[in-house]
Parts: sequence; structure tokens; C-alpha cells
Amino acid sequence: MFIPHTRDQREEMLKTIGVRTFDDLLAGLPLSLLRPNLDLPASMSEMELVRHMEELASRDHLAQSYLGAGAYEHFIPTSVWALALRGEFSTAYTPYQAEASQGTLQSIFEFQTLVCELFGMDVANASMYDGASAAAEACLMAHKHTGRPVALIPDTVHPQTRQVIETYLVHSGARIRILPCPDGVLTVETLKKHLTAETAALLIQNPNFFGCLESNIHELSKLAHGAGALVIASSAPVALGMISPPGEYDADIALAEGQPLGLPLGYGGPYLGLFACKTELVRKMPSRIVGQTVDRDGRRAFVLTLQAREQHIRREKATSNICTNQALCALASTIHMALLGKEGLRELANLNFQKAHYAASLLKKRGFAPVFDHPYFNEFAVTCPIAPEILVEKLAAKRTLAGLPLGPYFSDRKNQLLVCVTEIKTKADIDAFGDLLEAACR
Amino acid sequence: MPLTSTSSPEKIVESLLFEKSIPGRRGVPLPAVDVPHTSPEAHIPEALRRKTPARWPELSEPQVVRHFTRLSQLNYSIDTHFYPLGSCTMKHNPKVNDRIALLPDFAGLHPLRPHGLSQGILEILFELERWLCRICGMDAFTLQPSAGAQGELTGILVARAYHESRGQKRPLVLIPDSAHGTNPASVAVAGLTAVTLKSTPDGKVDLEELKSHLSDKAALVMMTVPSTLGIFEPRIQEIASLVHQAGALLYMDGANMNALVGLLRPGDIGVDILHLNLHKTFSTPHGGGGPGAGPVGVKKPLEQFLPVPRVALENGVYRRQFDRAKTIGRVHGFQGNVGVLIRAYCYLRLQGQEGLRDIGESAILAANYVKAKLAKFFPKMAPGPCMHEVVVSGKGPFGNGVRTLDVAKRLLDYGFYAPTIYFPQIVPEALMIEPTENETKETLDAFVEAMGKIIEESRLQPDLVKNAPHTTPVRRLDEVRAAREPVLRAKPVES
Repeated sequence: MFIPHTRDQREEMLKTIGVRTFDDLLAGLPLSLLRPNLDLPASMSEMELVRHMEELASRDHLAQSYLGAGAYEHFIPTSVWALALRGEFSTAYTPYQAEASQGTLQSIFEFQTLVCELFGMDVANASMYDGASAAAEACLMAHKHTGRPVALIPDTVHPQTRQVIETYLVHSGARIRILPCPDGVLTVETLKKHLTAETAALLIQNPNFFGCLESNIHELSKLAHGAGALVIASSAPVALGMISPPGEYDADIALAEGQPLGLPLGYGGPYLGLFACKTELVRKMPSRIVGQTVDRDGRRAFVLTLQAREQHIRREKATSNICTNQALCALASTIHMALLGKEGLRELANLNFQKAHYAASLLKKRGFAPVFDHPYFNEFAVTCPIAPEILVEKLAAKRTLAGLPLGPYFSDRKNQLLVCVTEIKTKADIDAFGDLLEAACR
Repeated sequence: MPLTSTSSPEKIVESLLFEKSIPGRRGVPLPAVDVPHTSPEAHIPEALRRKTPARWPELSEPQVVRHFTRLSQLNYSIDTHFYPLGSCTMKHNPKVNDRIALLPDFAGLHPLRPHGLSQGILEILFELERWLCRICGMDAFTLQPSAGAQGELTGILVARAYHESRGQKRPLVLIPDSAHGTNPASVAVAGLTAVTLKSTPDGKVDLEELKSHLSDKAALVMMTVPSTLGIFEPRIQEIASLVHQAGALLYMDGANMNALVGLLRPGDIGVDILHLNLHKTFSTPHGGGGPGAGPVGVKKPLEQFLPVPRVALENGVYRRQFDRAKTIGRVHGFQGNVGVLIRAYCYLRLQGQEGLRDIGESAILAANYVKAKLAKFFPKMAPGPCMHEVVVSGKGPFGNGVRTLDVAKRLLDYGFYAPTIYFPQIVPEALMIEPTENETKETLDAFVEAMGKIIEESRLQPDLVKNAPHTTPVRRLDEVRAAREPVLRAKPVES
């Protein structure tokens, strides 16, 4: 049971407190409103709960999915959650008492290092809620740093990320300007047209929402810097085993949705905002940061540091309102990254690249032509011979998710489908997917 | 600023991952490529390919398992220790909830699935919203915010949108000085101005102070109920009507909701908006600092402003609604921390109405028991009952200049995590103790006994307390050095 007190103990405790009944402790509470009927279902035993939940889960069982669009299905080694869900990690709180929290603190320090290496950046924080809020906080940070009001955001950035940025910026004095990219990547000409002395930052997602690599990224970064703006880079972590990381194109702030590093799809969360920046911006960074120091006996130890940025010290003057972040998700990703290692990341990236390119060539043969001509990693858009929504519905009947119809997000892309293929698909899976698609169009 | 560690320190508790790395070692094997080869070099121009690999460590799987197992053993946690961290509600986290959240058919749910392929999970979210409404006496809930602070931001944006929809510009948010730091910080992100209300000496709302700040410029009054002093504000209904008369809204920070669940619905006492911390009141694991979830409940007139998507039941089918003209927008990339929401749903299913009421009452009982037993050591403690937590001042009982920080550290030696310290800021040398409903009377007795011993030690052997802890994996840290010479990442692995 959840509560340990026996009836006798309760009586004894009340006696020690010096009251006759429990309700004597509720002096000051409005008596007429106490203990309302909540109309909640009756309690279940653990056994009943498991059966009930397994039934709910099984309702939406799927065989295969080719849906990506910001959340990616990757294999998660068993060790990741076996370790992360050890109670010593999962039932600890924010490591305020550092002497009794070195496990959490050291793992965050390792996480920060792994994230810096992944991005090629100087310094990382202990995590944000998700990739979208990380992008929003990066825009706020750039606004405060430059004192300029406009964040330029190409429409190749995930539409839902753009919505979160809008919510966060609406009363900040900053605003976003969406840059149209009809060709699927941001062009130098488009950026030049919109860069002004008001530009605080350029946010680029690479690979972008359509799966395309932003082919002009080095030049875009130089142009933005030339205009005195910051460059904010949003990446896909697994892709960084193959493609140029933010540090290589001189990004000032790098972020990512960290979900592909050990977190299940889980209907959208909890995920993990990875967040890093250049050294000179560290004191403007949001969220917790762990630093190394020594204890009084000279042992290496780790502690929350640079807290003068944070809300519990600075209140309304803090760099952000964030307090709780995604620590356990950061731990899971740290374990995942450690298990992959340097070569594992490269190999995983290559597997994704190979499977997606095989799938794209197969789909092309089956009448699904690629929409874009740009290099891509593990996701690509195709033009469908029939309406993508109907296609998705037909394949759903076969317990397969075909991908994401782009029409609801982009009115000029009504016949396009975004398809993602990761390492978990075998050649046989992909061949069967091609057959299903072809059959659905007949 | 040298941000990377350069020299290796003399003594090491546990080597870093990077220090255990040997080139060529591998953790997990990946499958071989089974499709015809495509050349990355032919498809991706050189400028877009990575030049130098990420210098991640190279370790075997057993090394990784041992590393993290050993790190875990350096932590105190609820599973291993009494963790009376005030305002954090460190209660038991049922293991079955973790198991259920990771069921393959939940773990594999893509957030952009069509609704026809998400009926089970949408039912869970729909029901959880309804139950939270009933527990809190609110009309609608959004489950989207990822944590309490994001819930606050959501609630403040909703309040702002509500006033603006009525053509009113109300730039001020009134917040008692005992509030969590996130309250004013969230107000700032929402572009409003926080005004601090001085509390009365016994930590309650000063009505005159409140009245003097209530005007047509006030958008919101944010109150933590029960307060961070563990006290239920007896004039809350009067406060609510003053707030409403001024045209403002009453926001409740639900960080301390564990005291009220099953006992009293915030909506019944005049609260218009509140956020909950599912990782506190609803038993989801704190995870070393997250993930949490910060659902926001509102009264009917505010529902139209809640974030999208909303979950709705139409003709027996659950759907996500995106088109709502007056929404404040989206605060999460997808639907929120759903894995946390599933756990909270399970918690409610396990407890039911009766269980929830027992929990709230037992939490209050435990806190009052600790308070009564501590009274002999802290004679200046305010009389009368508390709610779910008790706050004492470390000023007075401890001798020889022993401070609250020292007491907190010495408690670690006795096998207890420390209470929240130096908060609320209005209590000098504060120790905020929240025992929760799960701790046995025996544990509570042992904790009080340890406090008594520490008081004795402070008089007889003050250095023992001032130099504590003595038994933890590391001893007191040089925090000044950490901030002055920040070392924020390890030295990378050289290959």
C-alpha cells in the first residue's frame, strides 16, 4: 500500500500532535467545501491496472511506420533504460545537495561534453524541455544579446517549432519573419533580401523539415554574421554522424531535438532539448549547467554552477523561467551516446543514409518521384500518384504508416508525402512497403 | 575563460567516460547494411559532410553498465533515503507506472499519427484531463506544458489573452514574497511586470498590501496554496473576491497541491487558473531534475485561450483539435511529456477517490507530527497546525554559529537527504521539511532524533557539524571556484 501508517499509529501521531481528530488539523479551511465527491473511478490493483493499460496500448498497434517529421524511430539498446530507470537516478531530485548527488551531477557533466562534441560547440547546458522550446529560448537569447528584434526563420523549419517560437516571442519585443523557400532550401538571395540591421538571428534547421540538407549553409552563416546577426542551428543528432555540425559553419547557438538519442517516440514526449553555444554567450544561456570543482579534500567533484543566470536567484531578471528540465532523458541519451561511441555514431548515420536512399530509389521506380533535388539524410518528400491522405488511410488498414502528408502544413504541397527510413527497417521491410504503396495506387 | 578541464585532479571518485575510453572499443553492435550501397560522397558535397568526428568515448557495453551503475550509487534518492525536500513532494514513484509507460505500443506511438491510430492514448489524455478537472474544480485542462514553470508561462499567457480579448491592458502581476522564483521569471517571459507583495510576519497575505496594489492595471494575483510556509491562507475566499472585484484573475501555483487533493478543490475557493506539478503531487519520478509535467487548469471563460492541440471526443472518436481562433498557440513541439502523463493516469487509477483522500490526509498528518516533535527544539515555531510541510528557522537552536547549511550537510551523514534550505526567503535560515504520506512513523522519529543530535553536536562539537558531511562520496565543494573558473566540459578523447 501507498501509506504506511496503521490505525494505531495514526492515533498515536494525533496524540503527539495534541489534537483529538484529524479534522482539528484543518482549522482555517472552509469546512463546507471539504471532501467533495470527485466522481473518480474506483481504485485498481496493480494487476488490474496492467491489464487495463495493455488493452489501451494494444488498440493502436502498428506493424511499420515511415513517419518522421521531427520524431524518429531508432533502436534503443536495452541497457539505456535498464540503467536510467535505476531508482537512484529516477527518484532523485535536482542535485541541490551536491555531496549526495554526484551520480546525477557527473552524468550531466558527461552529457554536456557529449553534446559539445556532437555539435562542435564550446559549451552546453543540462537540457531543455524539447527541441521546439530550445529553439524558442535560442531566439529570445539572440534578441537579448543583440538588442535587435527580428528572428529570420525559413519555412523549412518544422512548422510546430515555428509555432512554439511564436508563443514564446509574442510579448518579448521580438518577432519572427518567415522566409519562403519554394525550392525546399533557403537560398542566399532570399536571405540577402531579408537581412537588415534589425536581424537578431537566423535560425536554420539542417537537415530541414523536408529532409533536405540546407546546401548553402556555410554561405548563409557568413552572410548572417556579416549583418551582425547570430546564427542558430537546429540539427538532427543522428545525422551529425555524417553531415557538417553547427560548429563547422560557425553557429553561435546550436540546438536539437534529442529524442533520437535513446528516447522512445512516446506520442511526443518526454523528449530532450539539446542546447549549446559559444563560450562568450554562456552567461546568457538558459537552464542548469554543471561545472567541475573540488571538495575540501581535493577530490574532483561536480556542482550546479553559474546559477546567477537562473530564476531561483535572479527571479524576474533571470535568463529564462526554466527550472525543472529533462534530466532523466538527458541521462538516457548520455548512456545511449556512450554505448554508440565515436564509431557507432558514424555507422548509425551511414545505416540511416543507406536505407533511406535505397527506399527513395525504390519508391521512384514505383511512381513516387522525389520532390526535391537536394542532398538528404534519412527523410525525403515524394510526389504521390494519388492523394497522400488516401494513401495513408489505405496503408493504415494494413497497420502501416506511410508518412506525413504535407498538404495540411503547406497549401502548395497537397500531393506530397514526407517519408522517413531509419536503421530499423530491413531491405525486406522496405520492399514490402514499396509493394503496399504501389498496390494502394491501383 | 577555460571551460574545459585541462589537468587531471589528484583524487577521483569515479573516472569520466572519456577517461575510460580506448580507441577501437565498441559498445553496441549495429546490423550490417543489407541494401545496395549508395556512396555518401557521391550524394553529399564535401562542404556539407562532417570533417572531424564527434570525439565520443569508445567503451564496451559492460564498461558502460558498470560506469552508470556506480554513478547511480553516488546519489541519494527516494528509493534509498528519506528525502524531505520541501515543496518538492518527494513521494514514492510506483514502479508499475514506469513499466506501463514503456510498453512497446505506448513507447512506439508517433506524435503525428492520425487520430484513428491513436485512440488508446487519446482516451488516456482525455480522461486524465477530466479527472484533473474534477480534482481541482476546474472546467478545462491542458496537459501540454512540460513542467511547472512552463505551466506558469502558459497560465499567464492565457490570462493576458483573456484580458486583451476584453480590450483591457493589465501589465501587472502581484506575487507574494514567499513565492517560487519561477513565478516572477515566468511573468517576465510573458512580457508583464511582477510586483512583490510583502507578507505578514506569520507568512500570510497582507490584505492591506494586496488592496493597495489591486487596480485596473493588475492582470493576475499568483498565490501558492498552501503557501511555501506550509500554511493554508484562511482568507483565501476573501482574497479571491477582492481580486475578482478588481477585474483581475486568481492564479494558483499548485506546487503544494498534495495537501489538498481529495480534501478541497481550488476551483471552489475562487481560483481561476492553476498549474499542477505531476512530478510532485501525482507521483511521477523527478528523474534527477525532470522530466516533469505542468498541466494547467482553467475556468470556462478561459478555455478558449488554452494551447493547441486540444483533445476532444466527437461521436465516440477521440480527436486532436488544432483550429481554435483564440488559442495562445503551442508551448510544446508535440503534445507534451506524454510518458509522464501516462504515469499520472496510472497513479489516479491505482488510488481512486478514497486513496487520494487518504494520501492528502496522511501527508498533512505526517507534517504535523514532525512539527509537533520538532517543537521542543524550535520553541519559536509558529503555533497551530500546518499543511503538508513545516518550515522552521535555523536561527536560534543551533549553537556556535552553526548555520542551516551546516545542518543540511550534517543530515546527509545521518542518512537523510536535506530539507529545502534558505527558502522561503522570508524566513531567516529556513529549513522546509516535507515528509509526504509515504514515510513510516519510524523514519519520521529517526529524522527528528537526528535533528536533536545535531543541535547537541552544534553545542558540544560544532566543528563536526560545520565540516559535515563526512560520510558522503565527496565532502563540501568549492562552489566559488566552480563559478569563478568554470569548467563545464571534460577534456575530449584524443585519437
